[in-house]
Amino acid sequence: MSPRPGYVLEVDRSTPPVLFWNGEGYLLEKLPPERSRVIYPPDPLHPLEDPIAKIRHALDHPMGDSQPLETLLHPDMRLTIAFDDVSLPLPAMQAPDARQLVIEQVLEMAAEAGVEDVVLLAALSLHRRMTEAELRHALGNRVYNAFEPHGLLLQHDAEDPDGLILLGTTDHGEEVEINRRAATSDLLVYVNINLVPMDGGHKSVATGLASYRSVRHHHNAHTMTHSRSFMDMDHSELHSANWRMGRFIRESGVKVFQIETTLNTNAFPSQFSFLQRREWEWTPRDRAGFFASSKALALMGDRTRRTLFHSIKAPMQLTSVQAGEVEAVHQSTLTNVFDQQLVHVDGQTDILTMGLPYISPYNVNSIMNPILVACLGLGYLFNMYRGKPLVREGGVVIMRHPTPWAFNTTHHPSYIDFFEEVLADTTDPVQISKYEEAYATDPWYIQLYRTGHAYHGVHPFYMWYWCAHALEHLSSVIVIGGDRRAVKRLGFRPASTLDDALEMAEDSVGSQPTITHIRVPPLMMAEVS
Amino acid sequence: MPRIADALHGKRIFITGATGFLGTALVERILHHVDSCQVVLLIRPSSRTSPERRAEREILKNDCFDELRRELGDRFTTEVLPRVTVAAGDVTRSNLGLDEQGMEMLAGCDIAIHSAAAVAFDSPIDTAVEINLLGPTRVAQAIRDAAPLRRKIIPGSYPTHLISISTAYVAGTHQGEAAEILATEAMAGSASSRTSTTVTTEVDIDAEISTARRLRSDLQATSRHPDQLDRFARVARKELGSAGPHVLAERVEHLREEWVKKSLVDAGKARSQSMGWPDAYAFTKALGERLLAKDYRDIPISIVRPSIIESALALPTPGWIRGFRMAEPIIISYARGLLKEFPGIPEGIIDVIPVDIVVSAIMAVAARGPQGIPPGPAPTIPPGPAPTIPPGLQPELALGDKEDSKGRMPTAKMEGAGTGGWTPTVYHVATGSRNPLRYGELVDLVKEWFSATPLYDADGQPIDVPEWSFPGRGRVQAQLKRSIKFLAGLETLIGSVPVHSRGQELAAQLEDQRTKAERALTYAELYGAYTETDAVFLVDNLMSLYNQMHEDDKREYCFDPAVIHWPEYVREIHLPSIVTHARVRTTPSKPRSISRSERSMKAILSPERQMAVFDLENTLISANVVDSYLWLAMRRQKGVDRLAVASRLALQIPRLWALDRKDRGDFLRTFYRYYEGARMEALREDAMEFFHSFLMARSYPAGFARVRKHRSLGHRTVLVTGSLDFLVEPLRPLFDEILCARLAVSDGQASGGLETPPPTGEARALLLAGYARTHDLDLSESVAYADSVSDLSLLDAVGFPVAVNADQRLSALAKKRGWHTETWKPATSSTTQTLAIPPSLGGSQLSGRIFSRILDMLPGETTLPEHAASPYGSRRASAGVKKDSLPR
Repeated sequence: MSPRPGYVLEVDRSTPPVLFWNGEGYLLEKLPPERSRVIYPPDPLHPLEDPIAKIRHALDHPMGDSQPLETLLHPDMRLTIAFDDVSLPLPAMQAPDARQLVIEQVLEMAAEAGVEDVVLLAALSLHRRMTEAELRHALGNRVYNAFEPHGLLLQHDAEDPDGLILLGTTDHGEEVEINRRAATSDLLVYVNINLVPMDGGHKSVATGLASYRSVRHHHNAHTMTHSRSFMDMDHSELHSANWRMGRFIRESGVKVFQIETTLNTNAFPSQFSFLQRREWEWTPRDRAGFFASSKALALMGDRTRRTLFHSIKAPMQLTSVQAGEVEAVHQSTLTNVFDQQLVHVDGQTDILTMGLPYISPYNVNSIMNPILVACLGLGYLFNMYRGKPLVREGGVVIMRHPTPWAFNTTHHPSYIDFFEEVLADTTDPVQISKYEEAYATDPWYIQLYRTGHAYHGVHPFYMWYWCAHALEHLSSVIVIGGDRRAVKRLGFRPASTLDDALEMAEDSVGSQPTITHIRVPPLMMAEVS
Repeated sequence: MPRIADALHGKRIFITGATGFLGTALVERILHHVDSCQVVLLIRPSSRTSPERRAEREILKNDCFDELRRELGDRFTTEVLPRVTVAAGDVTRSNLGLDEQGMEMLAGCDIAIHSAAAVAFDSPIDTAVEINLLGPTRVAQAIRDAAPLRRKIIPGSYPTHLISISTAYVAGTHQGEAAEILATEAMAGSASSRTSTTVTTEVDIDAEISTARRLRSDLQATSRHPDQLDRFARVARKELGSAGPHVLAERVEHLREEWVKKSLVDAGKARSQSMGWPDAYAFTKALGERLLAKDYRDIPISIVRPSIIESALALPTPGWIRGFRMAEPIIISYARGLLKEFPGIPEGIIDVIPVDIVVSAIMAVAARGPQGIPPGPAPTIPPGPAPTIPPGLQPELALGDKEDSKGRMPTAKMEGAGTGGWTPTVYHVATGSRNPLRYGELVDLVKEWFSATPLYDADGQPIDVPEWSFPGRGRVQAQLKRSIKFLAGLETLIGSVPVHSRGQELAAQLEDQRTKAERALTYAELYGAYTETDAVFLVDNLMSLYNQMHEDDKREYCFDPAVIHWPEYVREIHLPSIVTHARVRTTPSKPRSISRSERSMKAILSPERQMAVFDLENTLISANVVDSYLWLAMRRQKGVDRLAVASRLALQIPRLWALDRKDRGDFLRTFYRYYEGARMEALREDAMEFFHSFLMARSYPAGFARVRKHRSLGHRTVLVTGSLDFLVEPLRPLFDEILCARLAVSDGQASGGLETPPPTGEARALLLAGYARTHDLDLSESVAYADSVSDLSLLDAVGFPVAVNADQRLSALAKKRGWHTETWKPATSSTTQTLAIPPSLGGSQLSGRIFSRILDMLPGETTLPEHAASPYGSRRASAGVKKDSLPR
C-alpha cells in the first residue's frame, strides 16, 4: 500500500486547533471555520529496502548518455568527488548520511580501479565552511579519517584566486568561474541530496563550485522576480541561468558524473511523531508528548532550546538514487521529489499562514536571525508552488516566529551589518543591490569566510533577493510573536496573536478573507490550479 | 533726596566681584541706566586669562547685557565699553594687589562697591577667612591708603564711599527679629547679649584668622604623613587598579589635595556652628563686618545685607539669573524626583530676594552717600569756586525723622555724629519682615508648578514630584546617611567580584543611586539651616531710604520688598527661568538640538580624526587570556585529561587574580610561561580555529562595526592588546597595526618568555606615542576605545577617549571627565560558551541526543606539551599523546 497523499482540510467548527511551528517551539491555533483550509504534506514514502544495492545499481546503470562509473575510472586519473554541504538535508539525517553511503560506494569503485589521485570537495559555494563534526557526520568517520589528515578533504573556497578557473562567458555574458581542482579533474563526481526541486541538476556545479563573480549573474533581484517560482524549473530564470552555465561547463570539457538522491519526509524521531501527524489523528501519547514538550520548552533558556532542536537528527531514508548525465538524472529526480512532496490545491487564497520552524538551510547549528526568518517564509515556503502561488496577488502572508534580534557572530557576521546598515536604509530588493559590492569585496568578510565559519559577505543580500518575488506579489507581511523592532526593520508588521494578525490583514484583503495554512515541516510543494 | 541718576552723574564706581551674580547685574544697571557713570572693575587675573579678557568674556558677554546690546546695537562698543575700566587685582592681597596705576584708579573713584565673596556655604575655612572676613577690610585699607591721592586729585574730597555687600544671615541663627544693626554696636549698647537684636557672640577675630591660616599648613603637613599617604595610595589603587605607577601617583596627589580641602571645609563648618552660625560663609561674613566697623571709622562705609539672592523680578529681564545658586539645584532635584524629603518648617520664612531689588537698593545707597560726620578736621576747601563735591558725597545728617510704620525710630541714629567718625549704616535687603514667603507656601507653589509642567525622564515620561512631609533636618540626614551606607556596601560587594556587563550595569545603577543620595544629603546639610531659619530680618533702614526717594525713582529703582507678588514671581518668573537654565527635559519628545552624546559621536567619527585605537579584551571581544590558554591547552586532549588541565588552572586562579589586580604586566609574563615548550606551528593552527569558533562567538558586533567605520573614514586603526600575536593574527584585515605581546620562540617552540614586554598599563600610552611619532600622527586627533582603568593612560593619551563596556571604576572616571561612553553587547550566539572548552575532536554519531559531543572516538594529539598544560609540572602521561609532540 502506498503512503497517503497530501490532504487539504476544510476547517469547520469541529476541526481541532492546528499546529503552528514557532521557532524553537510550537503551539496550537484555532483557524476561523468555513473559510480556512489546512494543507498537509503526503506521508513519508517507503524507503529503499537495500540502499547500497540501489546505489551500486545506479552507478552501474547510468542515465542519459553517460557510461557506467566503473568504466570512467582508471589508475592515473584525477578524480574529484564533490558533495552538498551542511545546508542539506533539513534537519540533518540520522547516520549514515546519504552522502556517506554514496561516497563510500564511489570510493570503493575508485579503489578497485586503482585511482590514486582522489580529492573530496565540499561544494560550499558562498556558504560557511563546515566544521569537523559536520564533515564527519556527512562523510562518516572512515572516509573522514582516510582523507582529512592527508589534506585530501577540501572545502570549496570561492575567494581563493589560485583555486578558481575562469572557463569563459556564456552567450548571455555570464562569466563561468569554478573550482580549479574540480574543473581540471578527469572526472567530477557530484553527490547530491535533493530535498527541494531547486536542488541538483546543473545548479550543483554551476553554483555549488562557483565563485562570487560567477554566482552574482543569477543570484540577484532581477533573476528572482523572474523565477515563478524558482522551485519550478520550467518557470525559473534561476534555472535557465544555471542550465546555460552548466552546459557551458560541459562544453568546456569538464566531465561531470551526477549522482542525485531523494529522501522521504520522515523529519522527526519517534518521540516527536506528533509533529508529523495530522491533529485529529493524534493519539493520547501524541497529545501528552505535545503538552509535555511544550511545557518543558517553555522552561528552558534560549540556548538550551536551540541546542536541543539542533541536535535532532531526522530518521529520513533514501527513496531513490539516480546517476549519470546531469539533465537526465535531474528529470528523474524531480519525479521522485514530486512523488513525495506534491499536493494538489484548488485555487488561491487571500491569506497564507505558516508557522516557521527553528531551522532553515543557512542556520544549521546556529541562530535563525531575522533575515533568515524572512528568507524561510518568503523565499522558501512562499515559493514551494507550481502553477500559481498559494496566495493571490495582493494577498497577505502571516508567519509565526519569535524573530529575535539575535545573530550568530561566527556564522553570520555580515548579516549583522546588513541588518543594521542596509535594511535600516531600504528593504527594496532592487535598492539594496547598491550596497552589494562593498559587502562582497570586504576583506574582513572574505577572511572570515575563507578561514572561519562565516557565510560570504554577500550572502545576506541573496537571502533578501530570495524574498523579491514574494515582496512584489504580496500587499503585506505580518509576523506573529516576533521582536517588534526586528520585525519592523524587516519592513513587516508585528502582531501579537493570530486573531490580531487576521484583523490587520483585512485592511489589505477585505473582510471574511479565505485562509490557507501550510502545515510544514515536513516540506511539501503545492500544485495550485 | 535727589534723583539717583543725578546723584551718580559723572561718578566713577569701583566694583569688586563683578564676575559674580550680583556684580554682573550691578554693572549692567549702572551702564544701562546711569549714562555718564563710569565703572572700574577689580578683576583677578587667572593663570591663562588676562583681567580684560575675563571682563569681556565673563561680564560683558553675559546674557545680562543682551537687552542693552540690543538697544544700542553698534553703539554698545562705542558708548558703553569706554566707560568700563579694568584694574588687575585680588581681594585676597593687601592693597587689593593694585599697582600704582590701580591705586590711582581707586583714588579717582567716588564709590567702591565690594561684592566679591566666597559665596559657597562650604568653602574651606581659610579661603572664607581670606575673602569674606579680610576682604572688606582690605578694600577699606586700600581706600584709606588712596585717600591722600584722592584729595590731591579732587581737592576737598572725602575718602571713597565703601558699600560693602554682606549677608542678612550674619544673624542667621538669631531667633526673632533681627535689626539692621552692627554687632559691634549692639554689643556696646545692649546690656545683655540675650536681648540684642542680632547675634553678638564674642569672637577673638585675630585668633580665628591666624588659626585658619595655620590650619592649612598643618593639614598640608599631616596629609604628607606616611600613614596618610598609604591610605591615599590604597584608595587610588582601589579606584584605578593596575593603571600604572604614574597614573596612580597623580591620583594620590589629587586625593591628598582633596583631603586637605575637605578637612578645611569640615573645620570651617564645625568652627562656625560651634560659634552659633549656620556655616562658614555666614560666620566669616559676620566677622568681616565686625572688623570693618571696628577699625575703619575714618572711611565712609555702608553695609548692604541681602538675604538669599534669586532671579531677577524685572531687570535686566524677568528671570535673569547667573550660575546655579542655592535654591536652584534643590528645586531641580526635587522636580526630577530625586529629593524625596527635604527638611524645613512649613510656617518658617524662606527669605529670598530678586537680584534687581538688591541692585536697586545698592544704587540708592550709593546715590544717598554715607552717613555721619566726617572724622577729624573738615577737608580744607581751596579758595575759589565751591568744590564740586557731588551730591552723593555730601553727608546727610539724619536718615529722616519720621517714624516708620511700626512706630519705631530708625535704628541707625547718628551715633557717630559729633564724635568725629563716619557711622557705618546697615541696610537689610530682605523680604521676611515686610513680605514674608512661607516655606510651606513655596513648596506648594513649586509642587503645583511641576505637577502642571513636569520634567520628563530619559524615556520621555513625565516625572511625578514627591510630596514632602517636612520632617526635621536630623531625620532626613539620618535617613540619607543610612541609605548611602547601604548602597556603598552593596557597591563594594559587587566591586570585589569580577563582573561582566550585567553586573556592571547593576554597579553603575547603584553608584548612580548613591551619588543622588549623597547629593541630597549635601543639600540637606548645607541648606537645611536656611529653610529652618527663625530670624526675621527687619528692613527699617531700607524702607526709610525708600521713602526718601523721588517718586519716579520709586518706580525705576523700586526696592520695596512688598512689590513682589510671590505666586506670580515663583510661577511665572523664577521657575521658568531656572528650568531653562538647568537644561532639563521639559517636553516628552527628544530635544530638537542634538544631544551631548550625539555631538561627541560626531566628533569621534569626524574625517579629521587620524587614528582609532582599540583595546581587545572586553572592548571588542568578551574573553581573556586565560580563556585562550585553557582552550588551546585542552584542544587536543580528551576526557579526563581535559578535566585535569582545567582543574589545575582553576587552582591557580586566586593567585593569578591577585597578580592581575596588582600588575597586569607581571600577570601576563607569569601566565604566558604556561606556554613554555608549546609547538608554535600547531599553536598557530589551533589559534585560528579558536578565534573563529570561540572568540568570534563572543565578539561585540558593534565594536567590529566601529573599527570598520573608522577604516572607511580613512582613519588608521590600531589594536593594542596584551594578547599573544598568533591569537590576534586573524584580526589583521581590520587593523593597520597590531601592538601585542609575542612569545619568544626557539626551535619552533615557545621558550616561556616574551620577546618584548606586553603592552599593558602605561606602556600602552608610550607605545602608542612612539607609533604616532613614527607615522606622523597626532594623538590629540585620535580616538581610543577601552574598557578598564588599566587602560587609563591609553585613554588619557588621545584627544577622544571612549569608555566601552566600562567597569565600575572606569565608568565613574569617564563620568567625571565627561568622556564618551558606549555599551557594546555581544550578539546572542548559539555557540556562546561560558567556559572556554573546545569541541572534542572526533564527531559523535549519536543522533537524537542532546549533548552529542561527549565522546571522543579518536586518539588525539596535543599541541601543548603536558607539563606546559600543567602549572604544577605534573608528568602524568595522557593517553593518546603522540611521542613526537612532547618537548625534548
